[in-house]
Amino acid sequence: MNPFVQLTNASLAYGAESERLLAIEDVSMSIAEGEFIALVGPSGCGKSSLLKLVSGLHPAFEGEVTVDGKLVTSPISICGMAFQNSTLLPWRTTLDNVLLPLEIVEPFARDFRRKRGEYEARALALLHSVGLSGFEHKFPWELSGGMQQRASLCRALIHDPRVLLLDEPFGALDAFTREDLWEVLQALWIEKRPTVILVTHDLREAAYLAETIYVSSPRPGRIVSRTKVDFPRPRTLETTFQADFIDTVHGLREKIARH
Amino acid sequence: MPPALVRRITPWAVTASFFVLWEIVCVVFRVDTFILPRPSQVAVSLVTNYAAILMNALQTLYTTLVGFVVAVAVGLFLGMLVGAMPSVYAGIYPVMVGLNAIPKVAIVPVLVIWFGIGTIPAIITAFVISFFPIMVNVATGLATIEPEMRDVLRSLGARRWQILRKVGIPRAMPYFFASLKVAVTLAFIGSIVAETIASDRGIGYLMIAASARFDITLVFAGLLVVAIMGIAMYEIFAYIERRVTFWATRGNEMVF
Repeated sequence: MNPFVQLTNASLAYGAESERLLAIEDVSMSIAEGEFIALVGPSGCGKSSLLKLVSGLHPAFEGEVTVDGKLVTSPISICGMAFQNSTLLPWRTTLDNVLLPLEIVEPFARDFRRKRGEYEARALALLHSVGLSGFEHKFPWELSGGMQQRASLCRALIHDPRVLLLDEPFGALDAFTREDLWEVLQALWIEKRPTVILVTHDLREAAYLAETIYVSSPRPGRIVSRTKVDFPRPRTLETTFQADFIDTVHGLREKIARH
Repeated sequence: MPPALVRRITPWAVTASFFVLWEIVCVVFRVDTFILPRPSQVAVSLVTNYAAILMNALQTLYTTLVGFVVAVAVGLFLGMLVGAMPSVYAGIYPVMVGLNAIPKVAIVPVLVIWFGIGTIPAIITAFVISFFPIMVNVATGLATIEPEMRDVLRSLGARRWQILRKVGIPRAMPYFFASLKVAVTLAFIGSIVAETIASDRGIGYLMIAASARFDITLVFAGLLVVAIMGIAMYEIFAYIERRVTFWATRGNEMVF
């Protein structure tokens, strides 16, 4: 089977000639369609840069990136993104925030006015599935941090993206809320099966959610290990207390320490 | 007293005390009317010169508002251009800052040579003085979009103008409305400066004419009218601001 997301000796650099800063160096990865991968590593190792590479927000300096067989040279609209900061627009209600991608991504945008009712129903269903029913007409600043991230996930998924790029989406949340959202995200992934790239520095999060975990070295980021995780789905909080889960996390920690 | 009521009453109470204090100072220290007329005398002058004041106030209001409306249009346009395109920003900024640094009093004589005395120089002065804060604020609003917000839209394949429409402009609105409050009061100053130098109409002219006749009470009546018009305009735009960009204050109205 052909990989859905493929990076071949890809590097990414910021800045011009003389002060060029290499954020990612010589990364090769093959991600199958519908796979959930996590990228972990010390902070400042270019994890977020990798998402910019895959989404087409930043071009590769060397090597190449393909998504669905096509070379990525500019932003690809088949991806959804969520960040540590929920980046919801404060002048829009939660519902209107979730609808935003449909106003931009084709073929939805074309019919936006005509099909608004249909789209709203779809957004409401999604909000319901993350436990946000009844909050659709609230503004983002009226929601708690965890709720904002739930809404942000809905926005990332509303246009049925084939790739979901998550940049430490739960990084700013407290431990309990974070664990709740692991469950929410896992449920969404099982239902819709997008290809997910999750960037995180939380090893338990990576082990709970991902099927494959890549460990990155400090800057410039290189992939130093690849670990398969095959705990049965759906994983629960109980899973995280099992010996083999703890071993996995322990193993990851050692790989990071060594580099 | 309930806190809401206190907040309502305080501005009126402070304003009233200001005038009462003024009156008392004038009476107690026997201040000459020629130096500082008492508020009661100013009030009398307001009533007796009612017709002249109203006519001239309307003229000032007219030149102010025309200049201000043009300033809003130009400021909004240039602000968007400058805020959305860093290259334009770099190019246009020195000229703009230079223009803004010129005392507006200095350009009125030039305007008189070009357009004669009267309405046009007042409108232009009002415009020139008030468009700058609008432009700067709109540009700031656009230029300070969080990179992540931009990335969310870009990753969806949004075009430049879509990012501008969906994020840039709504986000710049609080900056824009905040600048309107400042700009409208500046426009008044511009109009009145032009009228005092070169006009045969307007509150500025009325005050200059009155002081030439040593009618200081009427000068103060004019100042009072200008202040009242300034407050009224400020309040109108503050009200619009609260209605349109309520989200920027996050509903955190100060409650004591």
